Amino acid sequence: MRYDVAVIGGGPAGLAAAIRASEQGASVLLIEREAKLGGILKQCIHDGFGVVRFGEKLSGPEYADRFVKKLRQTNVQVSLLSFVTRTEKCDDGYKLTYVCKEGLKQVECGGIVLATGCRERTRNGIGIHGDRCAGVYTAGAAQNLVNILGVMPGKKVVVLGSGDIGLIMARRLTLEGAKVVGVYEAKPVASGLTRNIHQCLNDFDIPLHLSSTVTRVFGTTRLEKVEISKVDERMRPIVGTEQIVECDCLVLAVGLIPENELARDLQVPLDPKTKGAIVDQNCQTLAEGIFACGNALHVNDLVDYVSESGETAGSAVVRRGKRKLRPVSTEGKLLYVVPQRIDVNGGIDKVVMYFRASEELTNQRLVVTAGDETVFSKVYAKLLPPEMERIVVNFDTAHTLDDFTVRLEDK
Amino acid sequence: MEMVCIVCPNGCRLTVTRQDGQIAVSGNKCKRGESFAVGELTHPTRSVTGSVRSTVKGYPVVSVKTDGEIPKDKIFDLMSLCRDLTITQPLPIGTVLVDDLFGTGVRLVTTRDMEEANE
Ligand SMILES: Cc1cc2nc3c(=O)[nH]c(=O)nc-3n(C[C@H](O)[C@H](O)[C@H](O)COP(=O)(O)OP(=O)(O)OC[C@H]3O[C@@H](n4cnc5c(N)ncnc54)[C@H](O)[C@@H]3O)c2cc1C
Ligand code: SF4
Repeated sequence: MRYDVAVIGGGPAGLAAAIRASEQGASVLLIEREAKLGGILKQCIHDGFGVVRFGEKLSGPEYADRFVKKLRQTNVQVSLLSFVTRTEKCDDGYKLTYVCKEGLKQVECGGIVLATGCRERTRNGIGIHGDRCAGVYTAGAAQNLVNILGVMPGKKVVVLGSGDIGLIMARRLTLEGAKVVGVYEAKPVASGLTRNIHQCLNDFDIPLHLSSTVTRVFGTTRLEKVEISKVDERMRPIVGTEQIVECDCLVLAVGLIPENELARDLQVPLDPKTKGAIVDQNCQTLAEGIFACGNALHVNDLVDYVSESGETAGSAVVRRGKRKLRPVSTEGKLLYVVPQRIDVNGGIDKVVMYFRASEELTNQRLVVTAGDETVFSKVYAKLLPPEMERIVVNFDTAHTLDDFTVRLEDK
Repeated sequence: MEMVCIVCPNGCRLTVTRQDGQIAVSGNKCKRGESFAVGELTHPTRSVTGSVRSTVKGYPVVSVKTDGEIPKDKIFDLMSLCRDLTITQPLPIGTVLVDDLFGTGVRLVTTRDMEEANE
Protein backbone atom coordinates (compact mmCIF):
# COMPACT_ATOMS: atom_id res chain seq x y z
CA MET A 1 0.00 0.00 0.00
CA ARG A 2 1.22 3.51 -0.73
CA TYR A 3 -0.08 6.88 0.49
CA ASP A 4 1.01 10.40 -0.39
CA VAL A 5 1.18 11.25 3.29
CA ALA A 6 1.34 9.28 6.55
CA VAL A 7 0.48 11.16 9.73
CA ILE A 8 1.73 9.53 12.92
CA GLY A 9 -0.32 10.47 16.00
CA GLY A 10 -4.05 11.23 16.21
CA GLY A 11 -4.01 14.11 18.72
CA PRO A 12 -4.97 17.66 17.77
CA ALA A 13 -1.74 18.14 15.77
CA GLY A 14 -2.17 14.95 13.74
CA LEU A 15 -5.90 15.52 13.19
CA ALA A 16 -5.29 19.04 11.84
CA ALA A 17 -2.43 17.83 9.62
CA ALA A 18 -4.43 14.90 8.19
CA ILE A 19 -7.50 17.05 7.48
CA ARG A 20 -5.45 19.75 5.78
CA ALA A 21 -3.38 17.32 3.67
CA SER A 22 -6.53 15.54 2.55
CA GLU A 23 -8.22 18.83 1.65
CA GLN A 24 -5.24 19.49 -0.63
CA GLY A 25 -6.03 16.31 -2.51
CA ALA A 26 -3.47 13.95 -1.00
CA SER A 27 -4.19 10.35 0.00
CA VAL A 28 -3.58 10.24 3.74
CA LEU A 29 -3.09 7.51 6.33
CA LEU A 30 -3.47 8.55 9.98
CA ILE A 31 -1.90 6.12 12.46
CA GLU A 32 -2.83 6.23 16.15
CA ARG A 33 -1.70 3.81 18.84
CA GLU A 34 -4.78 4.25 21.05
CA ALA A 35 -8.34 3.01 20.47
CA LYS A 36 -9.72 6.50 19.94
CA LEU A 37 -8.61 9.72 18.29
CA GLY A 38 -8.00 12.95 20.21
CA GLY A 39 -4.63 12.34 21.90
CA ILE A 40 -4.11 13.80 25.33
CA LEU A 41 -7.23 15.98 24.92
CA LYS A 42 -9.42 12.97 25.67
CA GLN A 43 -8.38 13.16 29.30
CA CYS A 44 -8.18 16.96 29.65
CA ILE A 45 -11.83 17.33 30.64
CA HIS A 46 -11.47 20.82 32.14
CA ASP A 47 -12.38 23.81 30.01
CA GLY A 48 -10.28 26.58 28.50
CA PHE A 49 -9.43 25.04 25.13
CA GLY A 50 -10.08 26.81 21.85
CA VAL A 51 -10.33 30.38 23.10
CA VAL A 52 -8.06 31.62 20.28
CA ARG A 53 -9.51 29.48 17.49
CA PHE A 54 -13.20 29.25 18.32
CA GLY A 55 -13.64 32.15 20.76
CA GLU A 56 -15.21 29.64 23.15
CA LYS A 57 -14.07 27.88 26.30
CA LEU A 58 -14.30 24.23 25.32
CA SER A 59 -13.24 21.18 27.28
CA GLY A 60 -10.48 19.03 25.77
CA PRO A 61 -12.82 16.27 24.48
CA GLU A 62 -15.12 18.88 22.91
CA TYR A 63 -12.19 20.54 21.14
CA ALA A 64 -11.00 17.19 19.82
CA ASP A 65 -14.52 16.23 18.76
CA ARG A 66 -14.75 19.18 16.36
CA PHE A 67 -11.69 17.90 14.51
CA VAL A 68 -12.70 14.24 14.63
CA LYS A 69 -16.06 15.13 13.05
CA LYS A 70 -14.30 17.14 10.36
CA LEU A 71 -11.91 14.26 9.72
CA ARG A 72 -14.85 11.92 9.12
CA GLN A 73 -15.88 14.10 6.17
CA THR A 74 -12.52 13.58 4.47
CA ASN A 75 -11.03 10.55 2.76
CA VAL A 76 -8.35 10.10 5.40
CA GLN A 77 -7.74 6.43 6.22
CA VAL A 78 -7.52 5.97 9.99
CA SER A 79 -5.67 3.06 11.56
CA LEU A 80 -6.34 2.83 15.31
CA LEU A 81 -4.58 0.65 17.89
CA SER A 82 -1.58 0.91 15.61
CA PHE A 83 1.84 1.70 16.95
CA VAL A 84 4.56 2.83 14.58
CA THR A 85 7.75 1.05 15.52
CA ARG A 86 10.01 1.87 12.62
CA THR A 87 10.42 4.44 9.90
CA GLU A 88 13.03 4.20 7.18
CA LYS A 89 13.97 5.78 3.90
CA CYS A 90 13.06 3.93 0.71
CA ASP A 91 13.48 4.69 -3.02
CA ASP A 92 10.70 7.13 -3.40
CA GLY A 93 9.82 8.27 0.09
CA TYR A 94 9.56 6.36 3.34
CA LYS A 95 8.56 2.96 4.61
CA LEU A 96 6.68 2.65 7.90
CA THR A 97 6.33 -0.44 10.05
CA TYR A 98 3.51 -0.56 12.53
CA VAL A 99 1.98 -3.08 14.90
CA CYS A 100 -1.79 -3.38 14.80
CA LYS A 101 -4.47 -5.94 15.59
CA GLU A 102 -3.74 -7.84 12.40
CA GLY A 103 -0.07 -8.01 13.31
CA LEU A 104 2.88 -6.28 11.70
CA LYS A 105 2.11 -4.05 8.72
CA GLN A 106 4.18 -1.98 6.33
CA VAL A 107 3.19 0.97 4.17
CA GLU A 108 5.05 3.30 1.91
CA CYS A 109 4.43 7.01 1.76
CA GLY A 110 5.77 10.10 0.06
CA GLY A 111 5.90 12.29 3.16
CA ILE A 112 5.59 11.81 6.92
CA VAL A 113 4.07 14.12 9.52
CA LEU A 114 5.31 13.36 13.03
CA ALA A 115 2.55 14.35 15.45
CA THR A 116 3.47 12.04 18.32
CA GLY A 117 2.99 14.59 21.13
CA CYS A 118 5.13 14.67 24.24
CA ARG A 119 5.90 12.53 27.23
CA GLU A 120 6.11 13.45 30.86
CA ARG A 121 9.20 13.59 33.00
CA THR A 122 9.09 10.82 35.56
CA ARG A 123 10.46 10.17 39.03
CA ASN A 124 13.70 8.90 37.50
CA GLY A 125 13.90 11.99 35.32
CA ILE A 126 14.09 14.26 38.35
CA GLY A 127 15.92 11.92 40.70
CA ILE A 128 13.66 11.40 43.73
CA HIS A 129 15.23 8.85 46.06
CA GLY A 130 13.61 6.27 48.27
CA ASP A 131 11.45 3.19 48.20
CA ARG A 132 10.00 1.65 45.06
CA CYS A 133 6.38 1.72 46.13
CA ALA A 134 3.02 2.09 44.43
CA GLY A 135 1.22 5.43 44.52
CA VAL A 136 3.65 7.60 42.54
CA TYR A 137 2.08 8.80 39.30
CA THR A 138 2.85 11.33 36.63
CA ALA A 139 0.06 13.92 36.32
CA GLY A 140 -0.93 12.49 32.96
CA ALA A 141 -1.23 8.95 34.33
CA ALA A 142 -3.31 10.23 37.27
CA GLN A 143 -5.46 12.27 34.87
CA ASN A 144 -6.03 9.21 32.73
CA LEU A 145 -7.04 7.12 35.75
CA VAL A 146 -9.59 9.65 37.02
CA ASN A 147 -10.97 11.08 33.79
CA ILE A 148 -10.94 8.06 31.48
CA LEU A 149 -11.06 5.03 33.76
CA GLY A 150 -12.93 6.59 36.69
CA VAL A 151 -10.42 5.31 39.24
CA MET A 152 -8.94 7.43 42.02
CA PRO A 153 -5.14 7.21 42.37
CA GLY A 154 -5.24 7.94 46.12
CA LYS A 155 -6.97 9.60 49.04
CA LYS A 156 -4.31 11.89 50.43
CA VAL A 157 -2.30 13.51 47.69
CA VAL A 158 0.88 15.55 47.32
CA VAL A 159 1.32 17.32 43.99
CA LEU A 160 4.83 18.22 42.86
CA GLY A 161 4.97 21.01 40.28
CA SER A 162 2.88 24.16 40.00
CA GLY A 163 2.45 24.27 36.22
CA ASP A 164 -1.09 24.31 34.87
CA ILE A 165 -1.28 20.52 34.68
CA GLY A 166 -0.33 20.18 38.36
CA LEU A 167 -2.84 22.84 39.41
CA ILE A 168 -5.64 21.35 37.36
CA MET A 169 -5.00 17.88 38.79
CA ALA A 170 -4.98 19.29 42.35
CA ARG A 171 -8.47 20.67 41.76
CA ARG A 172 -9.73 17.60 39.96
CA LEU A 173 -8.64 15.20 42.71
CA THR A 174 -10.16 17.50 45.35
CA LEU A 175 -13.48 17.58 43.51
CA GLU A 176 -13.48 13.80 43.37
CA GLY A 177 -13.09 13.58 47.12
CA ALA A 178 -9.32 13.30 47.70
CA LYS A 179 -7.50 15.50 50.19
CA VAL A 180 -4.72 17.40 48.41
CA VAL A 181 -2.27 18.18 51.19
CA GLY A 182 -0.33 20.67 49.14
CA VAL A 183 1.26 21.64 45.85
CA TYR A 184 5.05 21.91 46.05
CA GLU A 185 7.19 23.90 43.63
CA ALA A 186 10.99 24.06 43.52
CA LYS A 187 11.04 27.49 41.88
CA PRO A 188 10.40 30.60 43.95
CA VAL A 189 7.37 31.47 41.75
CA ALA A 190 4.47 29.35 40.55
CA SER A 191 4.70 28.23 36.90
CA GLY A 192 0.99 28.07 36.13
CA LEU A 193 -1.31 30.87 35.04
CA THR A 194 -2.43 33.19 37.84
CA ARG A 195 -6.05 32.35 37.11
CA ASN A 196 -5.33 28.67 37.70
CA ILE A 197 -3.66 29.43 41.05
CA HIS A 198 -6.87 31.23 41.90
CA GLN A 199 -9.54 28.88 40.58
CA CYS A 200 -7.72 25.58 41.24
CA LEU A 201 -5.94 26.22 44.55
CA ASN A 202 -7.39 29.26 46.33
CA ASP A 203 -10.99 28.27 45.62
CA PHE A 204 -10.39 25.01 47.48
CA ASP A 205 -7.89 26.21 50.12
CA ILE A 206 -5.11 24.01 48.74
CA PRO A 207 -1.78 25.32 50.03
CA LEU A 208 1.04 26.16 47.60
CA HIS A 209 4.60 25.75 48.92
CA LEU A 210 7.27 27.50 46.86
CA SER A 211 11.03 26.79 46.87
CA SER A 212 10.32 23.27 48.13
CA THR A 213 10.56 19.86 46.57
CA VAL A 214 10.07 16.18 47.33
CA THR A 215 13.45 14.64 48.15
CA ARG A 216 12.47 11.14 49.22
CA VAL A 217 9.51 8.77 49.20
CA PHE A 218 8.71 6.11 51.80
CA GLY A 219 6.45 3.07 51.66
CA THR A 220 6.78 -0.70 51.78
CA THR A 221 4.20 -1.61 49.17
CA ARG A 222 2.12 1.57 48.97
CA LEU A 223 3.37 5.13 49.42
CA GLU A 224 3.07 6.18 53.07
CA LYS A 225 4.87 9.51 53.29
CA VAL A 226 7.22 11.85 51.44
CA GLU A 227 10.10 13.98 52.59
CA ILE A 228 9.91 17.63 51.58
CA SER A 229 12.96 19.89 51.61
CA LYS A 230 13.39 23.58 51.03
CA VAL A 231 15.67 24.37 48.09
CA ASP A 232 18.15 27.18 47.54
CA GLU A 233 18.09 29.56 44.60
CA ARG A 234 19.92 26.99 42.46
CA MET A 235 17.21 24.49 43.37
CA ARG A 236 19.47 22.32 45.53
CA PRO A 237 17.83 20.87 48.65
CA ILE A 238 18.92 22.60 51.88
CA VAL A 239 20.09 20.10 54.51
CA GLY A 240 18.22 20.42 57.80
CA THR A 241 14.95 21.66 56.28
CA GLU A 242 13.50 18.17 55.76
CA GLN A 243 9.91 17.68 56.77
CA ILE A 244 7.75 14.56 56.56
CA VAL A 245 4.31 14.74 54.95
CA GLU A 246 1.96 11.77 55.11
CA CYS A 247 0.20 10.83 51.87
CA ASP A 248 -0.74 7.77 49.83
CA CYS A 249 -0.29 9.37 46.42
CA LEU A 250 2.37 11.58 44.83
CA VAL A 251 1.47 13.28 41.56
CA LEU A 252 4.44 14.45 39.50
CA ALA A 253 3.72 17.40 37.23
CA VAL A 254 7.33 18.20 36.51
CA GLY A 255 7.52 18.86 32.82
CA LEU A 256 6.96 17.56 29.33
CA ILE A 257 9.47 16.51 26.68
CA PRO A 258 8.66 16.14 22.95
CA GLU A 259 8.34 12.49 21.93
CA ASN A 260 10.92 11.92 19.24
CA GLU A 261 11.86 8.25 19.11
CA LEU A 262 10.85 8.08 15.46
CA ALA A 263 12.70 11.24 14.51
CA ARG A 264 15.82 9.75 16.07
CA ASP A 265 15.26 6.60 14.03
CA LEU A 266 15.33 8.66 10.87
CA GLN A 267 18.31 10.66 12.11
CA VAL A 268 16.36 13.88 11.92
CA PRO A 269 18.48 16.53 13.67
CA LEU A 270 16.91 17.80 16.92
CA ASP A 271 17.20 21.16 18.62
CA PRO A 272 18.69 20.67 22.11
CA LYS A 273 16.66 23.65 23.33
CA THR A 274 13.19 22.50 22.24
CA LYS A 275 14.09 18.77 22.26
CA GLY A 276 12.04 18.57 19.07
CA ALA A 277 13.16 18.52 15.45
CA ILE A 278 14.79 21.50 13.77
CA VAL A 279 12.24 22.80 11.25
CA ASP A 280 11.65 25.52 8.70
CA GLN A 281 8.57 27.77 8.70
CA ASN A 282 6.53 24.99 7.06
CA CYS A 283 7.34 22.52 9.86
CA GLN A 284 9.59 20.51 7.54
CA THR A 285 12.57 18.99 9.35
CA LEU A 286 16.06 18.90 7.90
CA ALA A 287 15.14 15.54 6.34
CA GLU A 288 13.25 16.08 3.08
CA GLY A 289 9.63 15.02 3.32
CA ILE A 290 9.54 14.64 7.10
CA PHE A 291 7.48 17.17 9.02
CA ALA A 292 6.90 17.67 12.74
CA CYS A 293 4.11 19.53 14.49
CA GLY A 294 2.32 20.02 17.80
CA ASN A 295 3.99 18.93 21.01
CA ALA A 296 6.37 16.64 19.15
CA LEU A 297 7.92 19.82 17.74
CA HIS A 298 7.99 21.86 20.95
CA VAL A 299 5.82 21.79 24.04
CA ASN A 300 2.90 24.16 23.55
CA ASP A 301 0.71 25.60 26.26
CA LEU A 302 -2.25 26.39 24.00
CA VAL A 303 -3.83 23.69 21.91
CA ASP A 304 -4.94 26.33 19.39
CA TYR A 305 -1.32 26.71 18.27
CA VAL A 306 -0.88 22.95 18.19
CA SER A 307 -3.67 22.78 15.61
CA GLU A 308 -2.13 25.68 13.73
CA SER A 309 1.20 23.91 13.36
CA GLY A 310 -0.62 20.74 12.30
CA GLU A 311 -2.34 22.65 9.52
CA THR A 312 0.92 24.22 8.44
CA ALA A 313 2.58 20.80 8.23
CA GLY A 314 -0.45 19.24 6.55
CA SER A 315 -0.56 21.68 3.69
CA ALA A 316 3.20 21.91 3.24
CA VAL A 317 3.73 18.14 3.10
CA VAL A 318 1.55 18.09 -0.01
CA ARG A 319 3.04 21.12 -1.75
CA ARG A 320 6.70 20.58 -1.02
CA GLY A 321 9.51 21.45 -3.40
CA LYS A 322 13.20 22.26 -3.45
CA ARG A 323 14.36 24.23 -0.45
CA LYS A 324 16.99 26.86 0.26
CA LEU A 325 17.35 26.88 4.04
CA ARG A 326 18.81 29.74 6.01
CA PRO A 327 19.42 29.54 9.76
CA VAL A 328 17.68 31.76 12.29
CA SER A 329 20.08 32.79 15.02
CA THR A 330 18.97 33.95 18.43
CA GLU A 331 20.40 36.62 20.74
CA GLY A 332 19.51 37.61 24.27
CA LYS A 333 17.53 35.80 26.91
CA LEU A 334 15.57 33.48 24.66
CA LEU A 335 14.88 29.89 25.69
CA TYR A 336 14.09 28.95 22.10
CA VAL A 337 12.72 30.11 18.79
CA VAL A 338 10.75 27.97 16.32
CA PRO A 339 11.31 27.73 13.35
CA GLN A 340 15.08 27.40 13.52
CA ARG A 341 15.42 27.67 9.70
CA ILE A 342 13.70 29.71 7.01
CA ASP A 343 13.23 28.38 3.50
CA VAL A 344 13.87 31.32 1.20
CA ASN A 345 13.36 29.49 -2.07
CA GLY A 346 10.91 31.47 -4.19
CA GLY A 347 10.76 34.31 -1.66
CA ILE A 348 8.87 34.46 1.60
CA ASP A 349 6.07 36.58 2.92
CA LYS A 350 4.59 35.89 6.33
CA VAL A 351 6.28 33.59 8.83
CA VAL A 352 4.71 32.50 12.11
CA MET A 353 7.32 32.26 14.86
CA TYR A 354 7.02 31.00 18.42
CA PHE A 355 9.40 31.83 21.24
CA ARG A 356 9.85 31.63 24.99
CA ALA A 357 11.96 33.85 27.23
CA SER A 358 14.59 32.02 29.29
CA GLU A 359 13.68 33.85 32.51
CA GLU A 360 11.06 36.20 33.87
CA LEU A 361 11.68 39.57 32.20
CA THR A 362 10.03 42.99 32.13
CA ASN A 363 10.11 45.74 29.49
CA GLN A 364 11.60 43.79 26.63
CA ARG A 365 11.72 44.38 22.91
CA LEU A 366 11.76 41.48 20.49
CA VAL A 367 13.46 42.32 17.20
CA VAL A 368 13.65 40.21 14.06
CA THR A 369 16.27 41.18 11.49
CA ALA A 370 17.12 40.03 7.97
CA GLY A 371 20.65 41.11 7.06
CA ASP A 372 20.92 44.47 8.81
CA GLU A 373 17.27 45.41 8.31
CA THR A 374 14.73 45.21 11.10
CA VAL A 375 11.63 43.48 9.77
CA PHE A 376 9.72 43.10 13.04
CA SER A 377 9.76 44.65 16.46
CA LYS A 378 7.41 44.32 19.40
CA VAL A 379 7.52 45.51 23.00
CA TYR A 380 6.54 43.22 25.87
CA ALA A 381 5.80 44.59 29.34
CA LYS A 382 6.33 41.12 30.80
CA LEU A 383 7.65 37.79 29.54
CA LEU A 384 7.49 34.51 31.45
CA PRO A 385 9.13 31.20 30.43
CA PRO A 386 5.90 29.17 30.91
CA GLU A 387 4.04 31.38 28.45
CA MET A 388 4.83 30.78 24.80
CA GLU A 389 4.61 33.84 22.55
CA ARG A 390 3.54 33.81 18.93
CA ILE A 391 4.41 36.47 16.36
CA VAL A 392 3.76 36.85 12.64
CA VAL A 393 6.72 38.33 10.81
CA ASN A 394 6.24 39.86 7.40
CA PHE A 395 9.37 39.60 5.24
CA ASP A 396 7.79 41.47 2.30
CA THR A 397 9.98 44.52 2.74
CA ALA A 398 13.24 42.67 3.38
CA HIS A 399 15.94 43.23 0.74
CA THR A 400 18.21 40.41 1.84
CA LEU A 401 16.69 37.03 2.67
CA ASP A 402 19.61 35.86 4.77
CA ASP A 403 21.26 36.35 8.16
CA PHE A 404 18.02 36.05 10.09
CA THR A 405 18.24 36.93 13.75
CA VAL A 406 15.70 36.98 16.55
CA ARG A 407 16.90 39.17 19.42
CA LEU A 408 15.45 39.97 22.80
CA GLU A 409 16.74 43.24 24.30
CA ASP A 410 15.95 45.59 27.17
CA LYS A 411 13.58 48.29 26.07
CA MET B 1 -9.34 44.32 48.06
CA GLU B 2 -7.22 42.53 45.48
CA MET B 3 -8.42 39.68 43.30
CA VAL B 4 -7.50 37.89 40.10
CA CYS B 5 -9.95 37.88 37.20
CA ILE B 6 -10.35 34.29 36.01
CA VAL B 7 -12.56 35.00 33.00
CA CYS B 8 -9.73 34.69 30.47
CA PRO B 9 -6.07 33.60 30.51
CA ASN B 10 -4.88 37.22 30.92
CA GLY B 11 -5.62 36.89 34.63
CA CYS B 12 -5.77 40.64 35.32
CA ARG B 13 -5.06 41.67 38.89
CA LEU B 14 -8.06 43.65 40.00
CA THR B 15 -8.32 46.19 42.79
CA VAL B 16 -11.83 46.36 44.13
CA THR B 17 -13.11 49.01 46.51
CA ARG B 18 -16.54 49.35 48.04
CA GLN B 19 -17.82 52.82 48.80
CA ASP B 20 -21.36 53.78 49.82
CA GLY B 21 -22.73 50.52 48.46
CA GLN B 22 -20.97 51.11 45.11
CA ILE B 23 -18.26 48.74 43.89
CA ALA B 24 -15.35 50.30 41.99
CA VAL B 25 -13.00 48.06 39.97
CA SER B 26 -9.61 48.90 38.47
CA GLY B 27 -6.81 46.90 36.84
CA ASN B 28 -9.17 45.14 34.42
CA LYS B 29 -8.18 45.10 30.74
CA CYS B 30 -11.78 44.67 29.65
CA LYS B 31 -15.33 45.09 30.87
CA ARG B 32 -15.79 41.43 31.75
CA GLY B 33 -13.32 41.98 34.61
CA GLU B 34 -15.70 44.44 36.21
CA SER B 35 -18.70 42.12 36.18
CA PHE B 36 -16.46 39.31 37.43
CA ALA B 37 -15.37 41.40 40.42
CA VAL B 38 -18.92 42.48 41.24
CA GLY B 39 -20.10 38.86 40.97
CA GLU B 40 -17.20 37.63 43.09
CA LEU B 41 -18.20 40.00 45.91
CA THR B 42 -21.94 39.48 45.72
CA HIS B 43 -22.52 35.91 44.45
CA PRO B 44 -19.37 34.10 43.24
CA THR B 45 -20.05 31.59 40.46
CA ARG B 46 -17.97 29.01 38.53
CA SER B 47 -18.44 26.79 35.53
CA VAL B 48 -17.56 23.25 36.55
CA THR B 49 -16.38 20.15 34.69
CA GLY B 50 -16.47 16.60 35.95
CA SER B 51 -17.47 13.10 34.97
CA VAL B 52 -20.35 10.68 35.31
CA ARG B 53 -20.14 6.89 35.47
CA SER B 54 -21.40 4.83 32.58
CA THR B 55 -22.16 1.17 31.95
CA VAL B 56 -21.42 1.50 28.24
CA LYS B 57 -18.49 -0.62 27.11
CA GLY B 58 -15.30 1.38 26.58
CA TYR B 59 -16.59 4.35 28.60
CA PRO B 60 -16.23 3.73 32.36
CA VAL B 61 -16.80 7.47 32.85
CA VAL B 62 -18.06 10.22 30.53
CA SER B 63 -16.95 13.83 30.90
CA VAL B 64 -19.55 16.52 31.64
CA LYS B 65 -19.74 20.26 32.20
CA THR B 66 -22.17 22.89 33.39
CA ASP B 67 -23.20 24.91 30.33
CA GLY B 68 -23.05 28.08 32.41
CA GLU B 69 -21.97 29.15 35.86
CA ILE B 70 -23.39 27.86 39.10
CA PRO B 71 -22.93 29.34 42.58
CA LYS B 72 -19.47 28.52 43.92
CA ASP B 73 -20.91 27.07 47.12
CA LYS B 74 -22.84 24.51 45.04
CA ILE B 75 -19.72 22.94 43.48
CA PHE B 76 -19.56 20.02 45.89
CA ASP B 77 -23.32 19.51 45.65
CA LEU B 78 -22.85 19.21 41.92
CA MET B 79 -20.09 16.64 42.43
CA SER B 80 -22.32 14.43 44.58
CA LEU B 81 -25.13 14.86 42.05
CA CYS B 82 -22.71 13.59 39.37
CA ARG B 83 -21.86 10.59 41.55
CA ASP B 84 -25.57 9.71 41.72
CA LEU B 85 -25.96 9.60 37.94
CA THR B 86 -25.25 6.64 35.66
CA ILE B 87 -25.27 6.69 31.88
CA THR B 88 -26.61 3.41 30.52
CA GLN B 89 -26.63 3.95 26.76
CA PRO B 90 -24.35 5.67 24.22
CA LEU B 91 -25.20 9.39 24.09
CA PRO B 92 -24.08 11.98 21.57
CA ILE B 93 -21.86 14.83 22.79
CA GLY B 94 -23.86 17.72 24.27
CA THR B 95 -26.65 15.53 25.68
CA VAL B 96 -28.42 17.27 28.58
CA LEU B 97 -28.26 15.08 31.71
CA VAL B 98 -29.80 17.52 34.18
CA ASP B 99 -32.01 20.36 33.04
CA ASP B 100 -31.99 22.93 35.78
CA LEU B 101 -29.15 22.79 38.30
CA PHE B 102 -30.08 24.24 41.68
CA GLY B 103 -32.70 26.52 40.14
CA THR B 104 -30.12 28.41 38.08
CA GLY B 105 -31.39 27.33 34.67
CA VAL B 106 -27.87 26.01 33.98
CA ARG B 107 -27.74 22.49 32.56
CA LEU B 108 -25.36 19.56 32.98
CA VAL B 109 -24.25 18.31 29.54
CA THR B 110 -21.90 15.62 28.29
CA THR B 111 -18.69 16.75 26.60
CA ARG B 112 -17.69 13.51 24.98
CA ASP B 113 -19.11 11.60 22.07
CA MET B 114 -20.02 7.99 22.84
CA GLU B 115 -21.21 7.08 19.38
CA GLU B 116 -17.84 5.88 18.26
CA ALA B 117 -17.75 2.12 17.82
CA ASN B 118 -15.66 0.34 20.38
CA GLU B 119 -12.95 -2.17 19.79
C1 LIG C 1 -0.79 15.27 30.96
C2 LIG C 1 -0.97 16.42 30.03
C3 LIG C 1 -1.93 17.38 30.32
C4 LIG C 1 -2.12 18.48 29.48
N1 LIG C 1 -3.04 19.42 29.82
C5 LIG C 1 -3.23 20.48 28.99
C6 LIG C 1 -4.17 21.47 29.28
O1 LIG C 1 -4.81 21.40 30.32
N2 LIG C 1 -4.38 22.50 28.41
C7 LIG C 1 -3.65 22.61 27.26
O2 LIG C 1 -3.89 23.54 26.46
N3 LIG C 1 -2.72 21.68 26.98
C8 LIG C 1 -2.50 20.65 27.81
N4 LIG C 1 -1.54 19.74 27.54
C9 LIG C 1 -0.78 19.98 26.36
C10 LIG C 1 -1.43 19.16 25.27
O3 LIG C 1 -0.59 18.06 25.11
C11 LIG C 1 -1.52 19.92 23.97
O4 LIG C 1 -2.35 21.02 24.09
C12 LIG C 1 -2.02 19.03 22.81
O5 LIG C 1 -2.90 18.04 23.24
C13 LIG C 1 -0.87 18.42 22.10
O6 LIG C 1 -1.34 17.83 20.91
P1 LIG C 1 -0.47 16.83 20.06
O7 LIG C 1 -1.35 16.38 18.98
O8 LIG C 1 0.82 17.46 19.73
O9 LIG C 1 -0.12 15.64 21.07
P2 LIG C 1 -1.04 14.55 21.78
O10 LIG C 1 -2.37 15.07 22.11
O11 LIG C 1 -0.20 14.02 22.88
O12 LIG C 1 -1.22 13.42 20.66
C14 LIG C 1 -0.17 12.58 20.24
C15 LIG C 1 -0.77 11.28 19.76
O13 LIG C 1 0.23 10.50 19.11
C16 LIG C 1 0.06 9.14 19.44
N5 LIG C 1 1.36 8.47 19.23
C17 LIG C 1 2.55 8.78 19.81
N6 LIG C 1 3.54 7.96 19.36
C18 LIG C 1 2.95 7.12 18.47
C19 LIG C 1 3.44 6.04 17.65
N7 LIG C 1 4.73 5.68 17.65
N8 LIG C 1 2.56 5.39 16.82
C20 LIG C 1 1.25 5.76 16.80
N9 LIG C 1 0.75 6.77 17.55
C21 LIG C 1 1.57 7.44 18.37
C22 LIG C 1 -0.42 9.19 20.88
O14 LIG C 1 -1.12 8.03 21.25
C23 LIG C 1 -1.32 10.43 20.89
O15 LIG C 1 -2.67 10.12 20.63
C24 LIG C 1 -1.33 18.62 28.35
C25 LIG C 1 -0.35 17.65 28.05
C26 LIG C 1 -0.16 16.56 28.88
C27 LIG C 1 0.90 15.53 28.55
S1 SF4 D 1 -10.39 41.69 32.91
FE1 SF4 D 1 -10.86 41.04 30.82
S2 SF4 D 1 -8.81 40.76 29.93
FE2 SF4 D 1 -8.52 40.80 32.14
S3 SF4 D 1 -8.59 38.63 32.77
FE3 SF4 D 1 -10.67 39.48 32.99
S4 SF4 D 1 -11.66 38.96 31.06
FE4 SF4 D 1 -9.49 38.75 30.71
